[in-house]
This record gives sequence, C-alpha cells and structure tokens, in this order.
Amino acid sequence: MGQQIVNGLFLGSIYALFALGYTLVFGVLDILNLAHQAVFMLCAYVALALVVHLHLPMPIAFPLAVVAGGLLGVVVDRLAFRPLRGRSDSNISGLISSIALATILEALALQFFGPDVERFPFGIVPDRSLRLGDAVISELQLVIIGIAVSMLAVLTWVLRRTTLGRRIRAVAENPVAARVLGVNVDRVIASSFFVSSALGGAAGVLFGLAFNSVSPDMGRTVELKGLAVIILGGMGSMPGAAIAGFALGLLEVFTVAKIGSSYRDAVAFGVLFLVLVVRPRGLLGPAALREA
Amino acid sequence: MRLVSCSVAAAIALLAHPAAAAETVKIGAVFSLTGNAAAYGAQQKAGVALAADEINKSGKLPGITLEVVLEDDGTSPQQGISVFDRLINMNKVSAIIGPTLSTLAEAADPRAQAQKTPVVAVSNTKPNAITTIGDYIWRVSLTEAQVIPSAVDIARKKLGFKTAAILYGNDDAFTKAGFDVMKSSLEKAGVQILGIQTFSTKDRDFNAQLTALKGLKPDVLLVSALVEQAGSIAVQARQLGYTGPIMGGNGFNSTKFIQLAGPAAEGVLVGTAWNRASLDPVNQAFIAAMKARGVDPDQFGAQAYTGVLVIADAIRQAGLKGGRDDIKAGFAKVKDLPTPLGKFSFLPSRDGDHPAAVQIVKSGKFEILE
Repeated sequence: MGQQIVNGLFLGSIYALFALGYTLVFGVLDILNLAHQAVFMLCAYVALALVVHLHLPMPIAFPLAVVAGGLLGVVVDRLAFRPLRGRSDSNISGLISSIALATILEALALQFFGPDVERFPFGIVPDRSLRLGDAVISELQLVIIGIAVSMLAVLTWVLRRTTLGRRIRAVAENPVAARVLGVNVDRVIASSFFVSSALGGAAGVLFGLAFNSVSPDMGRTVELKGLAVIILGGMGSMPGAAIAGFALGLLEVFTVAKIGSSYRDAVAFGVLFLVLVVRPRGLLGPAALREA
Repeated sequence: MRLVSCSVAAAIALLAHPAAAAETVKIGAVFSLTGNAAAYGAQQKAGVALAADEINKSGKLPGITLEVVLEDDGTSPQQGISVFDRLINMNKVSAIIGPTLSTLAEAADPRAQAQKTPVVAVSNTKPNAITTIGDYIWRVSLTEAQVIPSAVDIARKKLGFKTAAILYGNDDAFTKAGFDVMKSSLEKAGVQILGIQTFSTKDRDFNAQLTALKGLKPDVLLVSALVEQAGSIAVQARQLGYTGPIMGGNGFNSTKFIQLAGPAAEGVLVGTAWNRASLDPVNQAFIAAMKARGVDPDQFGAQAYTGVLVIADAIRQAGLKGGRDDIKAGFAKVKDLPTPLGKFSFLPSRDGDHPAAVQIVKSGKFEILE
C-alpha cells in the first residue's frame, strides 16, 4: 500500500513535469505542440551523449541537456509554427506541422542512435534508497518528485509575477491587442517555447534515468498521458496540471493494484472522459471559457 | 589399428558401391554473415564447417563426401530468396541449412518447398511457424514453446518453488505466446500461480505491477518480455526490494539483457536449447574441436553443427543415398541421434526434440544452472 503511493507519486511527477511544459504553450497560448514528445526524447539522448562520450557528471549534463531542450523548442517554433502564424487555420495547420516535425526528429534519432534501448551508465546517479515502513523510495525518485514540485512553483511564479509572465498572458488573451500595446508577440511565443521545451527536456532526462531506458519512441507513452493531464487539470492552469499529473499517476497505480494492469489505461481515460462530461473546465480550469 | 579397419571398411564400401564411390552430396548453408544477425552467422558457419569435415574424415558415410556451399543472406529477405534460388537451381544442392532468422526463413523456405528441396532450420525459433511451410521444411532449433516447459521443470527441481507470479506484455504476439506457455507449464508442474500482471510494449514503468506481485510473496517471478523491457523490469524489481528468483522467457536470452540490467541481472534464470556444461562426450568433443579452430562455441554453433549431423544421419538412414527425397525420407527415421544438444529426434510436426537447459546470470555472464 505504502509502496504503491510512492509509485503513484513518482509516476505522477513524471507526468506533471511533462505536462507543465505542454500546458504552457497549449493551455496558455492555445498552441498544441505535438513535437513536445520529440524534444522530451532528444534531450534524454543529449544527456546520454554528454555523459557517455564527454564523461560529464550528471549535475553538469542535466542543465546542459535542459538548455539544449529549450533551444530545440525555439527551433520547433521557428520551423513548425511561426511560418504558419496569422493564418486563419493556424491552430490546425500548426498541429499538423508539429506532428511532421516530431516524425522527422524521431526518424533522425532512429538514424543516429538506432532502435535499441540505451541506458545511462551504472552508478551515474547514487544508488541509495530510503525505507519508509514497508515502502522503498530511491534518492533519484525523491529528487524527481522534488524537481517536479519546484518547477511547478517557479513556473506559476513566472507566469503570475514577472514581466515575461504578464506578456505571455497578454498574448494568450489577445495577440493583436498585445502587439498594439508594444509586445513583441513572436518573441514572447519563442520564449514560451524555450521554457516549455526546457521543462519537457528535463522530464525526458529524468524519465530516462528513472526507468533506465532511452529509446527513439520513449516520448510516445507520455504524450497522450500528458494531454490527458492538461485537460484533467484545466486548460492553462499550472497547479491544475501538476495536481492532475499526480492524480493520474496514483489512479493508474491503484488500478493496477486493485483491478488489474490490463484495465489501467481504460480506467485512466474513462475517468478523463467522466471529468470532461461532468466538469468540462477540469479540476482548476478558468471558470468561464474564454471567447474564441 | 583403427585406421586400418577404417580403410578396410572404406575399401569394402567402395567395392560394394562402385557407382557411389565418387558421389559428392552438396549441402547449401545460408547464414547471415553480414547485416544485423552477423554475430549468429559466424558461429553457424564454423559449426557447419566442423561437422562436415568430421563426417568426411570419419567414414560414417562410406562413398559419400559432403560438400558445403556457403552463402550469405545479408540479413535481408530479398537476398535470402535469391541465394535459395541459386542453391536450388544452379548448385543443385541436396539440402539447405538455414537461414539464420525466422523472418528470412518465412520468405525463402517456400522456394525450397516448391522445388522439393529439404531445409533444416537450425536457429529459427518462432513457434507454430517455419515447419508449417511444408513437408520439406524441418527444424533442429527448439521453439519458445518447447524450451519454457523444460526450463520451468528444471528450475522447479533445483529451486523447489511452489508458488509463482507472472508479469507479461499483453500486446505483443511473442511475449503473449511466451506467457501462455509459462502459465500452462506452471499449472502442469503443480505450481500455484498467485498473481498475473500485464504491461504494454511502450511501458517503461513497471513499479505498480511489480509492487502488486511482490506483495503476494511468490517463490518465483516469471517474466515474458522483449529484451528492451526485460532489463528495466529486472532493475525495478530489485529496486523495490524483491529478492526472490526471476525467470525470463526467450527475450532475456541475450547479452543485451545483462548490459541493460547490470547488477540486477545477477541470478536471473533463462531457458536455453543448448546445455553447454553437459558432460556428454559428444558435447565435450564438439566444444574441444570448435576451440581448436579458435571459436568459442555458443548455442548457434551447436545447433548448426547438429544440423549437419542430422542431414548425415538422414543420408545413412536412406541407405547412403543423398538425393533430395532420400534425405527428406531419412529425416523421419532420425531417432535419438547423439548430438551436442543431447539425444535428437524429430517430432511428427518436423520440429526438433531434445532436452533443454536453464542458464543463470553469474558475474555478468550466462552460466548453466547445475
């Protein structure tokens, strides 16, 4: 029982980390970036390459990979979204072009790294663990949960209290009005992509470390779950995404424990469906839907 | 003295079958010598060459010389098919050994079946396939469905487990088939199955399933997974503090598993078709002869070697005739043939039948559980 709560919180923190970046551009800016999972995957490979080939220790490789993720996010924006911005159908065409970019990035990863699952070298992170009653929690798991919670706090603060946050919210509300008021819309969106993809990249590296597996298709598992978490939490709500991430993690784990693993995704998405029907704005979504 | 009696026997054979005196029976050997599966092909090539040389020197087939025509399938179905066509129509081989992979066999074997040329599969392990292509296709290598029941039996005798839990991938044909065999072998052996959990091929987190199974306190944990996930499962099971034995399906039967699981691989059990540690003189002689040629033999070498022995025995059973239909008819009579794999016979399904063994990971290497 105790162990399953630990398992659920840990899995949930991975979902939350992935969804935080996802929801920054989707929930706030209304851009669904389906290349997010490719950034997630590529950052894990960047960290792996830094550790294996340049023999960098993890505390240095991790921030470097996160910055690489941010830069990659800017590239994704430039290639897949910016050329289409301002068109009447830019939401759908951007969605499609981001799928295209994700596919291309995945194919490149397949070409460079091969289809085999790779893992970080043994002992790259300390292999210590803590016992809480009958539950075991590793130091890495604690660090990951900690990072997820602190990222949430930082992001909420950035969005609510900083100039960049105000600009992002202004662009989200009305890009034309924001532009009239002197906000460089393209730049704000690019910064959002940087932050979003840096978070996605961080999630990718931690995922690869936590589950000892880095492969070109690793982003696929989390992609749909991340989307579910955003909707469950309420579009654009950072705390909502985090709470929903942990809730989904716990829900999945307890479905496995109490009902059976074959029903895990059915129960998780069934609950998502119910939430959409009963409470369309999600757990912490804005009370009134924004006008289109 | 032995040499004299041998040559006398050969002389008598020469007199008795003057027409057969110079007969050369060509055997095609199609292996993946380049491409993804090249690591297996090198072993198979060495095994076949050794067996043919030994048979030719031994005089077991008086008046007949085996000639191996080696071809590379490049780990590609297209190349496999063209190589099969060339061996069947140009080289006029009497039988073909290979190809290395099941996917290539499914592409190329129908060519041999259509031309009534016997094929001996020495490394294809896909269950309920390959030999179903037709009555000219025979198989030496044990399938997953054959290895797991004996492996479970051997492990149960050694470890004495009474209860078990199973974790398997339920959206992959190979891992699902492995699970079905595991479940039925456990039931047959009277082992109580406490719990069953599943995962999907994209999963990387198995903590929830493993925690649930660990809570049932099984004597052994059986896992049917592909190698990519096998590593993570072993690592996560050990992290959660499961200390009991783990037994894997054929997906674990790879050094890649040890590489991915690292220290967590220690003590993991996997079934295998070749008992390297068998003290049977045929096996010991095989290992010594391979080492004398600078090759450290593995399962693939042993199976390829056995493939040639089986063809030679079929020729003998057919009355020292090396035609395509003679060899096919001879296969059916192969019974308890001494090979490095143990006493070898064919089942009515044309699949091989011989004892299996269990490997255990010790200090980062597979060893036979004794």
